[in-house]
Amino acid sequence: MTAAASTEHDHAEGHDHGDHHVLPLWLLIGTWLALMGLTIFTVTASTFHLGAFDLPVAMGIATIKATLVMLIFMHLGFDKSFHSLLIYGSFLFVFLFISFVWIDRGQYQVDINEKEQQEIAIDLGQ
Amino acid sequence: MSDAHGHGDKPFLAHHFEDEDHQFDSGKLGIWAFLVTEILFFSGLFCAYVIYRAMHPEVFTFASNALDTQMGAINTGVLIFSSLTAAWAVRNAQLGQKTGLIVNLSITILCAFGFMGIKYLEYSHKFHLGLFPGDKYEAKEGAYGDESKGNANTVAFTSPEEEESAEETEPGVAFSRGDTAEAELAEQEAHGDDGHGHEELAPWNDPNVPEATKRKLKIFFGIYFCMTGLHGIHVLIGILVLGWLLTRAIRGHFTPTYYGPIDFAALYWHLVDLIWIYLFPLLYLIN
Repeated sequence: MTAAASTEHDHAEGHDHGDHHVLPLWLLIGTWLALMGLTIFTVTASTFHLGAFDLPVAMGIATIKATLVMLIFMHLGFDKSFHSLLIYGSFLFVFLFISFVWIDRGQYQVDINEKEQQEIAIDLGQ
Repeated sequence: MSDAHGHGDKPFLAHHFEDEDHQFDSGKLGIWAFLVTEILFFSGLFCAYVIYRAMHPEVFTFASNALDTQMGAINTGVLIFSSLTAAWAVRNAQLGQKTGLIVNLSITILCAFGFMGIKYLEYSHKFHLGLFPGDKYEAKEGAYGDESKGNANTVAFTSPEEEESAEETEPGVAFSRGDTAEAELAEQEAHGDDGHGHEELAPWNDPNVPEATKRKLKIFFGIYFCMTGLHGIHVLIGILVLGWLLTRAIRGHFTPTYYGPIDFAALYWHLVDLIWIYLFPLLYLIN
């Protein structure tokens, strides 16, 4: 145990070192409580009919939860900034990916609708 | 791994690394690069979700009724708790707390099994109701949560003749019963029911739901099974990896200077949690 205690002491002094930062227990448990609270909040919020705000509210809460997990549980808040750059870079590419498909999404919808109406007409005719 | 690699008292330091920090940093960069590919991997399914939901919002609103929000919420709690124990396990490893590490890894693995158990219950319920992915989809009665509604309504359902005879004996009771029956008849008319009884009023077969929407409901289950299925596979892989690390922890492999594998597996586990954090509201919490 003395070895463990001295290790903790060493790490407490070497915060700028980054990699071997030991998170205090209160921070871990506090993060967990916040995540649980936000889960209850998002389930409760979904029972109210907020109309157009349903999706933004749900996604906003999910993003707060995801940020907590990344910054604290995944140590990104204490880690080398290059790791943060990697992960945020991946989000940028996901955004680009979905954006380009989004631009294209209506391209074939006219044909799809036409085919669908034909199928319905055939089925109802039988 | 053996001492033959030439680092003497550090059995897990590979010979091509200068020291343990060098090895740890390389591993950490590797796991982050892997997590980036994982995010891009999942983004294909998220993209499918975004596009189909944008094109057919009514399909998602309606089909989401078939999912059990309570089960989903419990699973969210289970996964978040396992994320806590995974993060705690890293702390244990950093501080050289062997017992704590073993306990926290075990709890994380148990939570993962719990998650898969609840997932199994959900999937088997869906299959029971004919809610299969792809062409196997054939929704059965009650598939969209209409069973409970049907039971509540059928309690007071009696024929008009019975209502009249009841009126003669117990006017008070019959009045309330008659009211219910009238309301039901009105409801039947509103739904265009042809008198086959309440079983026919299942929302998935509701004439008010456009034919085009009914045909597209299976899109939702295709996306639901792909997204939760791929996520489930990641949970299973997590169980294998964490189980292997548990055996290593029991053998006392990890020290405050050598705990990389615990850290990297925990990062992977947090990503699995992260994806579920988005899947839960996107699939279960649609009004």
